Amino acid sequence: MRRRWVAGAAAVGVLAAGGGYVLSGDGAPAVRQETVRIPVVDGPKDDQKVALDATFYRPVGAEKAPAVLLAHGFGGSKDSQAGAARRLARQGYAVLTWSARGFGRSEGQIALNSPDYEVKDTRQLIDWLAKRPEVRLDGEGDPRVGMAGPSYGGAISLLTAAYDGRVDAIVPSVTWHDLSQSLIPGGVFKKLWAGLFFTGESDGSTACGRFLPSVCEMYQEVAQTGRATDEAWDLLRDSSPATAPPVKAPTLLIQGQSDSLFPLDQADQNARAAEGPVSVVWFQGGHDGGEPETERLSGLTSDWFDHYLKGEQDVVLPPAFTVTRGGGVDSRSGRQEVAAATARTYPGLENAARELPLEGGEQSVQNPAGGVPASISALPGLGALSTLGSLGGVPSLDMAGQNATFTTEPLDSSLRVTGSPRVRIRTDREATLFAKLYDVAPGGRATLARRLATPVRVDGEAEIALPALDYEFSRGHRLQVVLSTTDYGFAGPTEPLTYEISAVSGLSVPSVPALTAPVRRPPVWVWVAPAAALAAAAALLARRPRKRDGDFDEASAEVPLRITGLTKTYRNGYKAVDDLSFRVEKGQVLGLLGPNGAGKTTTLRMLMGLIHPDGGEIRIFGHRVGPGAPVLARLGSFVEGPGFLPHLSGRDNLELYWRATGRPAADSRMAEALEVAALTDEALARPVRTYSQGMRQRLAIAQAMLGLPDLLVLDEPTNGLDPPQIRQMREVLVRYAERGRTVIVSSHLLSEVEQTCDRVVVMARGRKVADGPVAEIVGGRGLEDVFLEIIGSGT
Amino acid sequence: MSGPLPLRVEAVRQFRRRRTLVTFGLLLLLPWILVLAFRLGGDGDDPDGRMSLADVATTSGLNFALFTLFVSTGFLLVVTVALFCGDTVASEAGWSSLRYLLAAPVPRDRLLRQKLIVALGYATAAVLVLPLMSLLAGTLAFGWSDITLPTGGTFPAETAFGRMAIIVGYSLVAQLVVAALAFLLSVLTDSPLGAVGGAVGLVIVSNMLDAVTALGDWRDLLPTRFSYAWMDALQPDVSWTGMIQGASLSVTYALVLFALAFRRFRAKDVTS
Repeated sequence: MRRRWVAGAAAVGVLAAGGGYVLSGDGAPAVRQETVRIPVVDGPKDDQKVALDATFYRPVGAEKAPAVLLAHGFGGSKDSQAGAARRLARQGYAVLTWSARGFGRSEGQIALNSPDYEVKDTRQLIDWLAKRPEVRLDGEGDPRVGMAGPSYGGAISLLTAAYDGRVDAIVPSVTWHDLSQSLIPGGVFKKLWAGLFFTGESDGSTACGRFLPSVCEMYQEVAQTGRATDEAWDLLRDSSPATAPPVKAPTLLIQGQSDSLFPLDQADQNARAAEGPVSVVWFQGGHDGGEPETERLSGLTSDWFDHYLKGEQDVVLPPAFTVTRGGGVDSRSGRQEVAAATARTYPGLENAARELPLEGGEQSVQNPAGGVPASISALPGLGALSTLGSLGGVPSLDMAGQNATFTTEPLDSSLRVTGSPRVRIRTDREATLFAKLYDVAPGGRATLARRLATPVRVDGEAEIALPALDYEFSRGHRLQVVLSTTDYGFAGPTEPLTYEISAVSGLSVPSVPALTAPVRRPPVWVWVAPAAALAAAAALLARRPRKRDGDFDEASAEVPLRITGLTKTYRNGYKAVDDLSFRVEKGQVLGLLGPNGAGKTTTLRMLMGLIHPDGGEIRIFGHRVGPGAPVLARLGSFVEGPGFLPHLSGRDNLELYWRATGRPAADSRMAEALEVAALTDEALARPVRTYSQGMRQRLAIAQAMLGLPDLLVLDEPTNGLDPPQIRQMREVLVRYAERGRTVIVSSHLLSEVEQTCDRVVVMARGRKVADGPVAEIVGGRGLEDVFLEIIGSGT
Repeated sequence: MSGPLPLRVEAVRQFRRRRTLVTFGLLLLLPWILVLAFRLGGDGDDPDGRMSLADVATTSGLNFALFTLFVSTGFLLVVTVALFCGDTVASEAGWSSLRYLLAAPVPRDRLLRQKLIVALGYATAAVLVLPLMSLLAGTLAFGWSDITLPTGGTFPAETAFGRMAIIVGYSLVAQLVVAALAFLLSVLTDSPLGAVGGAVGLVIVSNMLDAVTALGDWRDLLPTRFSYAWMDALQPDVSWTGMIQGASLSVTYALVLFALAFRRFRAKDVTS
């Protein structure tokens, strides 16, 4: 106890010496932060002044720390990153979060991460950081700085690093490589996502909200026509890493497997464009929802920055390629377990492809007028449902007559597809199609793998890429390529059309065999605990080596019973037997006489090995008696009432009892014993619970006589018997002893002892008070007088 | 000649008890009651849209057996195991037959060992009888086909049999801790009800503590923490971690409790 106090005091002392931080409620050191407005100048002509709303988090426990710029996603503000900022600040980073122009309390209008606007803003934030005394500098005006952020914030990280060589490491997540490809893939407008994207920032005053007018006009044009103009195309491409210089800073690309807005191929293109070190992570979530894996991703982010910003060489960097996979459900929490598989190189989306033959000839499909009703595949927010594979309340929907389907044979063994499957198809005219990959179970149930669809435009023959994914197809399942003419999430052609579609190649499925999940080992205690328990059990059961000599006394081998100095005190302090000694000779019928509580029954229990004596010893035919001593086989006993299994008949009870002794059935002398019990055959066949007390009593005495033991001990044998039976019993006992056997009868009834026994031991309060032939003790007087005189002397 | 109290004798002594027969009768009847319930209830729509073992219980006999196992693991099997192991010594003490067995003489360690083997044997039979009868009842009622998992996907029947074997095997090992506690209580008390109730009570308390999320990882020490880990065998790839932890925990507790039971019984003054 004392030591713990000292340790506690020492811990407090260390904290106090380390700069005196205040402990916040959750026990972590509080992070000091300040809200600042940072003026920046941007625009194509560098003439627009804008104040950005920002928060600076001071690093905890460091004088000069590397800085991290945390950018927010579309629709968010600097507050969206407050939690992540505090966590990084506690890890010793100076963190700056800000609301991008047009968001939160920042001024300006949204320019979609334009190099003329947002990129210029962030470069000036880096200038600002370089002036902070807390921030470590690599050179004049060049702070050690990293950038991270999701989606919109991920793109600005990539773009800033592309245009500003001062950025030392970035962790962009769920973001685009080419915004035009993401919003208008294959020239098909992703209307549902784009609508959410653009209208989410309307402040209600004007249709354009906080967008730059040129951006707003571009969107409105595309949304109305479903077609991208050249200006729109250019504007979106300008806001893309695709048109920016290559990023040289180390880049950790985190992309979601449930993301129909910025699918995995966007991260793939970012990875291929980068010129610095790159690691790619595919996690379960994404814009469609799903498991966010916050803990794993913030851990990876910290590792990346610790290595490249702090220069901690011992940090284990994320491997080049990490794919998290939903495993089983944790049976304790009911949550799905997600494990990370890793590979040392990033292989791209077409690694180790093998071709599976496709069935399904040329098919005729319709595009309905107006493009409705449309098939349903990916919908914003629905991705969460796909995390458990096929589990999901909302089924994906394909409209009859609008799909061409091509199916593989059932798989011989399970197939893990990692990357973007490809197939060559032919159409008779220019066609806009939505390509999807289904998992068809043996029963025919088809599920859309990861709920992803990708639009393709084909005129004649072309190879198309299906959505990139990481998905396991089980043995016996089939892969099915579905090409549908409509999709609810996209603005497809509205004129009625009929296409003839055929597959001209097999389905090329990529995989990454190098991806291996670390073997999950159960904790060490799993092996240690049972071994420790085994040792504990052995220790608990170890016997002290007992001296075996003295267990048999040759001299008294012919003495049926010899008790010497026997003592027993019960745990409650009651001394039941006190220094009792007597012996019984062969052929005797000994009466053990005493009032209730004299210690007779306790003595008999010790005789049977049921109770451990505190002192003295009991020898039967020279053998010391203890629990389960083999010599007890020569003892037949009836003590303190009968003990039978109530559900068994009298005969079964006796037979099973004899079989339980393990002695040969022939030795049981069952017939003689049953004679003593004097029960009818009908009674013997009845369950014992139906017996009267007398019947049980007689059956118990019969049980004691089974095998005609050399020493028979009966405790109050005539209880519950009627006078003729008592008389019979008396004769039985006398006869029993006449055959050279010995009988001990314990009783509190004087008359019984007087009439049955030839020797008597009188006990009172645990001690022997008289011992001798009945005739001698009585000496012509009634036993009763003698008895009262004897025990009375002690009262 | 075999030693005292041969297993067969002890088995007969226990088998003819009404308690044993009623327990097995109930376990054999239960699957049919459930079949009837599914038949009467028809196809209920699941309100929360999530699938559970109950939703796919009627797809095949194998699925039905899994469902029966699922609904009985938490309590029915616990009570059954506690009954066989908790009753065995205490009831003999209650009938006073224990002292005559000991004076027969059956050495104490041997008596306890034989009783334990027979009690565990009956408990095992009970745990086996339920899924087997469910398989029979389910197959007759719902037909024989591949197993359908609530998370989607199916297993072919031959895989399913292997998985069922894993599940039943794990259930047996996981119940060891209940068996051991009931057995220890059976030695400590002369009241069969106390021994059985005590063991069941422990499971209830353990389940309650398991619900206290504030305990965090400490809950991994609770004997019932991994009682549903057998569900891990229903995943496309069997996940062993939970089952290994559960089995280890159960065996650990059981070894200590059994050792305590033997130690106590050796030194005990039998006064009943």
